[in-house]
Amino acid sequence: MATKEEIVSGLADIVNEIAGIPAEDVQLDKSFTDDLDVDSLSMVEVVVAAEEQFGVKIPDDDVKNLKTVGDAVDYILNAQVA
Amino acid sequence: MSAKIRPSKGAPYARILGVGGYRPTRVVPNEVILEHIDSSDEWIRSRSGIASRHWAGPEETVAEMSLAAGGKAIADAGIDPSEIDGVIVATVSHFKQTPAVATEIAHRIGAGMPAAFDISAGCAGFAYGLTLAKSMVVDGTASKVLVIGVERLSDLTDKEDRSTAFLFGDGAGAVVVGPSQEPAIGPTVWGSEGDKSETIKQTVAWDVYRDADPGQVRFPAITQEGQAVFRWAVFEMAKVAQEALDAAGITAEELDVFIPHQANMRIIDSMVKTLKLPDHVAVARDVETTGNTSAASIPLAMERLLATGQAKSGDTALVIGFGAGLVYAATVVTLP
Repeated sequence: MATKEEIVSGLADIVNEIAGIPAEDVQLDKSFTDDLDVDSLSMVEVVVAAEEQFGVKIPDDDVKNLKTVGDAVDYILNAQVA
Repeated sequence: MSAKIRPSKGAPYARILGVGGYRPTRVVPNEVILEHIDSSDEWIRSRSGIASRHWAGPEETVAEMSLAAGGKAIADAGIDPSEIDGVIVATVSHFKQTPAVATEIAHRIGAGMPAAFDISAGCAGFAYGLTLAKSMVVDGTASKVLVIGVERLSDLTDKEDRSTAFLFGDGAGAVVVGPSQEPAIGPTVWGSEGDKSETIKQTVAWDVYRDADPGQVRFPAITQEGQAVFRWAVFEMAKVAQEALDAAGITAEELDVFIPHQANMRIIDSMVKTLKLPDHVAVARDVETTGNTSAASIPLAMERLLATGQAKSGDTALVIGFGAGLVYAATVVTLP
Protein backbone atom coordinates (compact mmCIF):
# COMPACT_ATOMS: atom_id res chain seq x y z
CA MET A 1 0.00 0.00 0.00
CA ALA A 2 1.30 3.41 -0.97
CA THR A 3 1.88 6.10 1.67
CA LYS A 4 0.46 9.61 1.33
CA GLU A 5 3.85 10.90 0.17
CA GLU A 6 4.13 8.15 -2.43
CA ILE A 7 0.65 8.92 -3.74
CA VAL A 8 1.41 12.65 -4.08
CA SER A 9 4.64 11.87 -5.87
CA GLY A 10 2.98 9.28 -8.14
CA LEU A 11 0.13 11.64 -9.00
CA ALA A 12 2.63 14.40 -9.76
CA ASP A 13 4.37 12.15 -12.27
CA ILE A 14 1.04 11.17 -13.85
CA VAL A 15 -0.10 14.80 -14.18
CA ASN A 16 3.29 15.67 -15.64
CA GLU A 17 3.03 12.86 -18.18
CA ILE A 18 -0.56 13.64 -19.23
CA ALA A 19 -0.78 17.43 -18.99
CA GLY A 20 2.87 18.44 -19.19
CA ILE A 21 2.74 20.25 -15.83
CA PRO A 22 6.06 20.30 -13.88
CA ALA A 23 5.78 17.63 -11.16
CA GLU A 24 6.88 20.07 -8.44
CA ASP A 25 3.77 22.23 -9.16
CA VAL A 26 1.47 19.36 -8.19
CA GLN A 27 0.75 20.26 -4.55
CA LEU A 28 -2.09 19.15 -2.27
CA ASP A 29 -3.91 22.50 -2.37
CA LYS A 30 -3.79 22.84 -6.18
CA SER A 31 -7.00 22.61 -8.18
CA PHE A 32 -6.72 20.31 -11.20
CA THR A 33 -8.72 22.58 -13.50
CA ASP A 34 -7.90 26.06 -12.18
CA ASP A 35 -4.23 25.69 -11.21
CA LEU A 36 -2.90 22.74 -13.22
CA ASP A 37 -4.79 23.15 -16.51
CA VAL A 38 -6.07 19.55 -16.33
CA ASP A 39 -9.42 19.67 -18.17
CA SER A 40 -12.29 17.22 -17.67
CA LEU A 41 -11.04 14.78 -20.31
CA SER A 42 -7.42 14.86 -19.14
CA MET A 43 -8.79 14.28 -15.63
CA VAL A 44 -10.21 10.96 -16.86
CA GLU A 45 -6.76 9.98 -18.15
CA VAL A 46 -5.20 10.96 -14.81
CA VAL A 47 -7.80 8.91 -12.96
CA VAL A 48 -7.30 5.80 -15.10
CA ALA A 49 -3.51 6.05 -14.72
CA ALA A 50 -3.92 6.46 -10.95
CA GLU A 51 -6.24 3.44 -10.81
CA GLU A 52 -3.58 1.32 -12.49
CA GLN A 53 -0.69 2.61 -10.43
CA PHE A 54 -2.37 2.40 -7.02
CA GLY A 55 -4.67 -0.58 -7.63
CA VAL A 56 -7.87 1.29 -6.77
CA LYS A 57 -11.22 1.94 -8.51
CA ILE A 58 -12.42 5.51 -9.01
CA PRO A 59 -15.95 5.41 -10.54
CA ASP A 60 -17.09 8.14 -12.97
CA ASP A 61 -19.55 9.50 -10.40
CA ASP A 62 -16.73 10.16 -7.94
CA VAL A 63 -14.35 11.80 -10.43
CA LYS A 64 -16.26 15.08 -10.39
CA ASN A 65 -15.69 15.41 -6.62
CA LEU A 66 -11.92 15.33 -7.02
CA LYS A 67 -11.33 19.08 -7.30
CA THR A 68 -7.86 19.33 -5.79
CA VAL A 69 -4.78 17.13 -5.68
CA GLY A 70 -5.52 16.68 -1.96
CA ASP A 71 -9.03 15.37 -2.78
CA ALA A 72 -7.51 12.77 -5.11
CA VAL A 73 -4.80 11.76 -2.62
CA ASP A 74 -7.37 11.31 0.18
CA TYR A 75 -9.66 9.34 -2.14
CA ILE A 76 -6.86 6.98 -3.15
CA LEU A 77 -5.71 6.55 0.48
CA ASN A 78 -9.25 5.59 1.54
CA ALA A 79 -9.82 3.37 -1.50
CA GLN A 80 -6.63 1.45 -0.71
CA VAL A 81 -7.94 0.69 2.77
CA ALA A 82 -11.36 -0.32 1.43
CA MET B 1 -38.58 -37.01 -41.03
CA SER B 2 -37.08 -33.67 -41.84
CA ALA B 3 -36.29 -33.25 -45.51
CA LYS B 4 -32.79 -32.22 -46.54
CA ILE B 5 -32.56 -28.48 -47.16
CA ARG B 6 -30.11 -27.30 -49.79
CA PRO B 7 -27.61 -24.87 -48.22
CA SER B 8 -26.95 -21.40 -49.57
CA LYS B 9 -23.70 -20.96 -51.46
CA GLY B 10 -21.78 -17.72 -51.26
CA ALA B 11 -18.41 -16.25 -52.13
CA PRO B 12 -15.34 -17.59 -50.30
CA TYR B 13 -14.69 -14.14 -48.79
CA ALA B 14 -15.87 -10.54 -49.03
CA ARG B 15 -14.18 -7.20 -49.61
CA ILE B 16 -14.93 -3.50 -49.89
CA LEU B 17 -15.10 -2.79 -53.62
CA GLY B 18 -15.62 0.97 -53.49
CA VAL B 19 -16.22 3.91 -51.15
CA GLY B 20 -18.00 7.26 -51.53
CA GLY B 21 -19.00 10.20 -49.38
CA TYR B 22 -21.24 13.25 -49.40
CA ARG B 23 -20.66 16.34 -47.26
CA PRO B 24 -23.37 19.02 -47.18
CA THR B 25 -22.45 22.25 -48.98
CA ARG B 26 -22.84 24.47 -45.91
CA VAL B 27 -19.67 24.63 -43.82
CA VAL B 28 -20.30 25.75 -40.25
CA PRO B 29 -17.20 27.10 -38.46
CA ASN B 30 -16.97 27.37 -34.67
CA GLU B 31 -17.78 31.10 -34.85
CA VAL B 32 -21.35 30.24 -35.87
CA ILE B 33 -21.71 27.77 -32.98
CA LEU B 34 -20.49 30.48 -30.60
CA GLU B 35 -23.48 32.69 -31.46
CA HIS B 36 -25.58 30.42 -29.22
CA ILE B 37 -23.22 29.33 -26.42
CA ASP B 38 -20.84 31.01 -23.99
CA SER B 39 -17.57 29.38 -25.07
CA SER B 40 -14.60 30.05 -27.34
CA ASP B 41 -13.00 28.68 -30.49
CA GLU B 42 -9.95 27.74 -28.41
CA TRP B 43 -12.08 25.84 -25.87
CA ILE B 44 -13.96 23.90 -28.56
CA ARG B 45 -10.75 23.01 -30.40
CA SER B 46 -8.91 21.93 -27.24
CA ARG B 47 -11.81 19.71 -26.04
CA SER B 48 -12.79 18.19 -29.39
CA GLY B 49 -10.30 19.09 -32.13
CA ILE B 50 -13.22 20.35 -34.19
CA ALA B 51 -12.78 23.52 -36.24
CA SER B 52 -15.81 23.21 -38.53
CA ARG B 53 -18.54 20.83 -39.57
CA HIS B 54 -21.08 20.54 -42.40
CA TRP B 55 -24.78 21.08 -41.73
CA ALA B 56 -27.35 19.91 -44.24
CA GLY B 57 -29.82 22.28 -45.86
CA PRO B 58 -33.51 21.48 -46.41
CA GLU B 59 -32.78 19.76 -49.75
CA GLU B 60 -29.97 17.63 -48.31
CA THR B 61 -32.23 14.98 -46.80
CA VAL B 62 -31.11 11.62 -45.45
CA ALA B 63 -32.19 10.03 -48.74
CA GLU B 64 -30.54 12.65 -51.00
CA MET B 65 -27.23 12.53 -49.13
CA SER B 66 -27.34 8.72 -49.22
CA LEU B 67 -27.98 8.70 -52.97
CA ALA B 68 -25.00 10.99 -53.55
CA ALA B 69 -22.63 8.92 -51.38
CA GLY B 70 -24.00 5.59 -52.62
CA GLY B 71 -23.68 6.64 -56.26
CA LYS B 72 -20.04 7.52 -55.71
CA ALA B 73 -19.34 4.21 -53.96
CA ILE B 74 -20.97 2.27 -56.83
CA ALA B 75 -18.92 4.23 -59.40
CA ASP B 76 -15.75 3.68 -57.34
CA ALA B 77 -16.51 -0.05 -57.27
CA GLY B 78 -16.74 -0.01 -61.07
CA ILE B 79 -20.09 -1.77 -61.13
CA ASP B 80 -23.54 -0.97 -62.48
CA PRO B 81 -26.22 0.06 -59.94
CA SER B 82 -28.35 -2.83 -61.17
CA GLU B 83 -25.80 -5.24 -59.70
CA ILE B 84 -26.62 -4.06 -56.16
CA ASP B 85 -28.72 -6.77 -54.50
CA GLY B 86 -28.59 -5.57 -50.91
CA VAL B 87 -28.93 -2.11 -49.35
CA ILE B 88 -28.26 -1.46 -45.65
CA VAL B 89 -28.70 2.03 -44.22
CA ALA B 90 -27.35 2.83 -40.75
CA THR B 91 -28.80 6.00 -39.25
CA VAL B 92 -30.35 7.47 -36.09
CA SER B 93 -31.57 10.69 -37.71
CA HIS B 94 -34.09 9.63 -40.35
CA PHE B 95 -37.33 10.80 -38.79
CA LYS B 96 -39.74 8.58 -40.65
CA GLN B 97 -39.50 5.10 -39.19
CA THR B 98 -41.68 3.36 -41.75
CA PRO B 99 -40.93 2.53 -44.48
CA ALA B 100 -37.17 2.07 -44.14
CA VAL B 101 -35.32 4.74 -46.12
CA ALA B 102 -33.15 1.95 -47.58
CA THR B 103 -35.99 0.91 -49.90
CA GLU B 104 -36.35 4.39 -51.39
CA ILE B 105 -32.58 4.64 -51.85
CA ALA B 106 -32.42 1.19 -53.46
CA HIS B 107 -35.15 2.10 -55.91
CA ARG B 108 -33.87 5.56 -56.81
CA ILE B 109 -30.26 4.45 -57.19
CA GLY B 110 -31.33 1.92 -59.81
CA ALA B 111 -30.77 -1.26 -57.88
CA GLY B 112 -33.96 -3.02 -58.89
CA MET B 113 -35.49 -5.08 -56.08
CA PRO B 114 -32.68 -5.78 -53.59
CA ALA B 115 -33.04 -6.74 -49.94
CA ALA B 116 -33.16 -3.33 -48.24
CA PHE B 117 -33.41 -2.32 -44.59
CA ASP B 118 -32.32 0.26 -42.01
CA ILE B 119 -30.36 -0.52 -38.87
CA SER B 120 -29.99 1.41 -35.62
CA ALA B 121 -26.62 0.99 -33.96
CA GLY B 122 -25.63 4.58 -33.22
CA CYS B 123 -22.07 5.52 -34.07
CA ALA B 124 -21.26 1.83 -34.60
CA GLY B 125 -23.95 1.63 -37.31
CA PHE B 126 -21.55 1.55 -40.24
CA ALA B 127 -19.36 -1.16 -38.72
CA TYR B 128 -22.48 -3.20 -37.91
CA GLY B 129 -23.73 -2.76 -41.49
CA LEU B 130 -20.36 -3.73 -42.91
CA THR B 131 -20.43 -6.91 -40.85
CA LEU B 132 -23.94 -7.80 -42.03
CA ALA B 133 -22.99 -7.11 -45.66
CA LYS B 134 -19.95 -9.37 -45.40
CA SER B 135 -22.10 -12.15 -43.96
CA MET B 136 -24.65 -11.76 -46.77
CA VAL B 137 -21.96 -12.01 -49.46
CA VAL B 138 -20.27 -15.01 -47.84
CA ASP B 139 -23.63 -16.67 -47.21
CA GLY B 140 -24.69 -16.06 -50.81
CA THR B 141 -27.88 -14.15 -50.04
CA ALA B 142 -26.42 -11.15 -51.87
CA SER B 143 -23.39 -10.48 -54.04
CA LYS B 144 -23.03 -6.67 -54.04
CA VAL B 145 -24.25 -4.91 -50.92
CA LEU B 146 -24.44 -1.13 -50.59
CA VAL B 147 -23.78 -0.08 -46.98
CA ILE B 148 -24.59 3.53 -46.15
CA GLY B 149 -24.00 5.46 -42.94
CA VAL B 150 -25.97 8.71 -43.00
CA GLU B 151 -26.88 11.34 -40.42
CA ARG B 152 -28.45 14.77 -40.06
CA LEU B 153 -27.30 15.21 -36.47
CA SER B 154 -27.78 18.99 -36.72
CA ASP B 155 -31.48 18.14 -36.33
CA LEU B 156 -30.71 16.42 -33.01
CA THR B 157 -28.31 19.04 -31.66
CA ASP B 158 -29.18 21.33 -28.75
CA LYS B 159 -27.55 24.47 -30.13
CA GLU B 160 -27.61 26.07 -26.68
CA ASP B 161 -25.87 23.22 -24.83
CA ARG B 162 -22.24 24.28 -24.53
CA SER B 163 -21.03 20.69 -24.04
CA THR B 164 -22.51 19.28 -27.28
CA ALA B 165 -23.51 22.20 -29.57
CA PHE B 166 -20.19 22.07 -31.43
CA LEU B 167 -19.89 18.31 -31.65
CA PHE B 168 -22.19 17.02 -34.36
CA GLY B 169 -22.22 17.24 -38.14
CA ASP B 170 -24.17 15.93 -41.12
CA GLY B 171 -23.19 13.76 -44.08
CA ALA B 172 -23.28 10.34 -45.71
CA GLY B 173 -20.64 7.73 -46.40
CA ALA B 174 -21.05 4.48 -48.31
CA VAL B 175 -19.22 1.35 -49.40
CA VAL B 176 -20.03 -1.51 -51.74
CA VAL B 177 -19.21 -4.93 -50.31
CA GLY B 178 -18.75 -7.77 -52.80
CA PRO B 179 -17.10 -11.16 -53.30
CA SER B 180 -13.39 -11.78 -52.90
CA GLN B 181 -11.00 -14.68 -53.43
CA GLU B 182 -8.88 -13.50 -50.48
CA PRO B 183 -9.98 -12.53 -46.95
CA ALA B 184 -10.33 -8.72 -47.05
CA ILE B 185 -12.71 -8.12 -44.13
CA GLY B 186 -11.57 -9.72 -40.89
CA PRO B 187 -13.60 -11.16 -38.04
CA THR B 188 -15.73 -8.52 -36.34
CA VAL B 189 -15.39 -8.03 -32.61
CA TRP B 190 -18.68 -6.51 -31.54
CA GLY B 191 -21.07 -6.21 -28.65
CA SER B 192 -23.22 -3.99 -26.50
CA GLU B 193 -23.25 -2.69 -22.94
CA GLY B 194 -26.88 -1.93 -22.20
CA ASP B 195 -26.10 -1.12 -18.58
CA LYS B 196 -24.57 2.11 -19.94
CA SER B 197 -27.59 3.00 -22.10
CA GLU B 198 -28.06 6.33 -20.30
CA THR B 199 -24.60 7.69 -21.11
CA ILE B 200 -25.47 8.68 -24.71
CA LYS B 201 -29.12 9.16 -25.58
CA GLN B 202 -31.89 11.08 -27.28
CA THR B 203 -33.39 13.37 -24.62
CA VAL B 204 -37.08 12.75 -25.37
CA ALA B 205 -38.86 9.69 -26.81
CA TRP B 206 -41.18 10.41 -29.75
CA ASP B 207 -44.34 9.17 -28.02
CA VAL B 208 -44.00 11.93 -25.41
CA TYR B 209 -45.13 14.39 -28.10
CA ARG B 210 -48.39 12.51 -28.58
CA ASP B 211 -49.63 13.57 -25.15
CA ALA B 212 -47.84 16.91 -24.78
CA ASP B 213 -49.34 20.25 -25.73
CA PRO B 214 -47.84 21.57 -28.94
CA GLY B 215 -44.65 23.50 -28.23
CA GLN B 216 -44.50 22.35 -24.60
CA VAL B 217 -41.76 19.76 -25.05
CA ARG B 218 -38.56 20.76 -26.79
CA PHE B 219 -37.53 18.76 -29.88
CA PRO B 220 -35.14 16.00 -28.78
CA ALA B 221 -31.38 16.29 -28.86
CA ILE B 222 -28.51 13.88 -28.26
CA THR B 223 -26.86 14.25 -24.87
CA GLN B 224 -23.96 12.42 -23.34
CA GLU B 225 -22.05 12.07 -20.09
CA GLY B 226 -18.74 13.32 -21.37
CA GLN B 227 -16.31 11.86 -18.84
CA ALA B 228 -17.96 8.43 -18.69
CA VAL B 229 -18.10 8.18 -22.49
CA PHE B 230 -14.51 9.36 -22.81
CA ARG B 231 -13.24 6.74 -20.36
CA TRP B 232 -15.20 3.97 -22.09
CA ALA B 233 -14.20 5.07 -25.58
CA VAL B 234 -10.50 5.43 -24.88
CA PHE B 235 -9.77 2.56 -22.55
CA GLU B 236 -12.45 -0.07 -23.22
CA MET B 237 -12.55 0.52 -26.99
CA ALA B 238 -8.77 0.31 -27.24
CA LYS B 239 -9.13 -3.25 -25.90
CA VAL B 240 -11.80 -4.04 -28.51
CA ALA B 241 -9.61 -2.60 -31.26
CA GLN B 242 -6.72 -4.79 -30.10
CA GLU B 243 -9.01 -7.84 -30.06
CA ALA B 244 -10.01 -7.11 -33.68
CA LEU B 245 -6.35 -6.92 -34.68
CA ASP B 246 -5.64 -10.19 -32.87
CA ALA B 247 -8.69 -11.88 -34.43
CA ALA B 248 -7.48 -10.87 -37.90
CA GLY B 249 -3.93 -12.02 -37.14
CA ILE B 250 -2.58 -8.54 -37.86
CA THR B 251 0.10 -6.88 -35.72
CA ALA B 252 0.28 -3.12 -35.15
CA GLU B 253 3.45 -3.15 -37.26
CA GLU B 254 1.54 -4.65 -40.19
CA LEU B 255 -1.23 -2.06 -39.95
CA ASP B 256 -1.24 0.83 -42.46
CA VAL B 257 -4.31 2.81 -41.45
CA PHE B 258 -6.46 3.39 -38.35
CA ILE B 259 -10.02 4.65 -38.91
CA PRO B 260 -11.82 5.02 -35.58
CA HIS B 261 -15.29 6.55 -35.37
CA GLN B 262 -14.70 10.29 -35.54
CA ALA B 263 -16.19 11.13 -32.16
CA ASN B 264 -13.67 13.60 -30.83
CA MET B 265 -9.97 14.25 -31.55
CA ARG B 266 -9.09 13.74 -27.89
CA ILE B 267 -10.56 10.24 -28.00
CA ILE B 268 -8.70 9.49 -31.24
CA ASP B 269 -5.38 10.75 -29.84
CA SER B 270 -5.76 8.80 -26.61
CA MET B 271 -6.76 5.61 -28.43
CA VAL B 272 -3.66 5.86 -30.63
CA LYS B 273 -1.54 6.27 -27.50
CA THR B 274 -3.25 3.44 -25.61
CA LEU B 275 -2.96 1.08 -28.61
CA LYS B 276 0.72 2.08 -29.03
CA LEU B 277 0.26 2.37 -32.80
CA PRO B 278 3.56 2.85 -34.66
CA ASP B 279 4.22 6.23 -36.36
CA HIS B 280 3.81 4.78 -39.85
CA VAL B 281 0.08 4.11 -39.27
CA ALA B 282 -2.05 6.81 -40.96
CA VAL B 283 -4.75 7.92 -38.52
CA ALA B 284 -8.10 9.34 -39.67
CA ARG B 285 -8.60 12.81 -38.18
CA ASP B 286 -11.56 13.86 -40.31
CA VAL B 287 -13.41 15.07 -37.19
CA GLU B 288 -11.51 18.38 -37.43
CA THR B 289 -13.51 19.57 -40.43
CA THR B 290 -16.48 17.16 -40.39
CA GLY B 291 -17.44 16.95 -36.71
CA ASN B 292 -19.01 13.80 -35.31
CA THR B 293 -21.31 12.35 -37.99
CA SER B 294 -22.12 9.13 -36.10
CA ALA B 295 -22.80 6.27 -38.56
CA ALA B 296 -21.37 8.27 -41.48
CA SER B 297 -18.00 9.05 -39.92
CA ILE B 298 -15.98 5.95 -40.81
CA PRO B 299 -16.77 5.77 -44.56
CA LEU B 300 -16.41 9.57 -44.83
CA ALA B 301 -12.99 9.38 -43.17
CA MET B 302 -12.03 6.38 -45.31
CA GLU B 303 -12.90 8.24 -48.50
CA ARG B 304 -10.94 11.32 -47.42
CA LEU B 305 -7.82 9.31 -46.48
CA LEU B 306 -7.85 7.69 -49.93
CA ALA B 307 -8.64 10.96 -51.76
CA THR B 308 -5.81 12.85 -50.05
CA GLY B 309 -3.27 10.07 -50.58
CA GLN B 310 -2.77 9.45 -46.83
CA ALA B 311 -3.96 5.89 -47.53
CA LYS B 312 -3.97 3.85 -50.70
CA SER B 313 -5.90 0.98 -52.22
CA GLY B 314 -4.77 -2.33 -50.77
CA ASP B 315 -3.75 -0.84 -47.42
CA THR B 316 -4.69 -2.74 -44.27
CA ALA B 317 -6.99 -0.65 -42.07
CA LEU B 318 -8.43 -1.13 -38.59
CA VAL B 319 -11.94 0.32 -38.27
CA ILE B 320 -13.86 0.67 -35.02
CA GLY B 321 -17.28 2.16 -34.41
CA PHE B 322 -18.64 2.85 -30.92
CA GLY B 323 -21.49 4.86 -29.50
CA ALA B 324 -25.01 5.04 -28.11
CA GLY B 325 -26.25 1.76 -26.69
CA LEU B 326 -23.54 1.48 -25.76
CA VAL B 327 -22.54 -0.56 -28.82
CA TYR B 328 -19.28 -1.26 -30.56
CA ALA B 329 -17.85 -3.13 -33.56
CA ALA B 330 -14.29 -3.39 -34.84
CA THR B 331 -12.69 -5.21 -37.75
CA VAL B 332 -9.68 -5.12 -40.05
CA VAL B 333 -10.27 -4.45 -43.77
CA THR B 334 -8.32 -4.11 -46.97
CA LEU B 335 -9.02 -0.65 -48.41
CA PRO B 336 -10.67 -0.49 -51.86
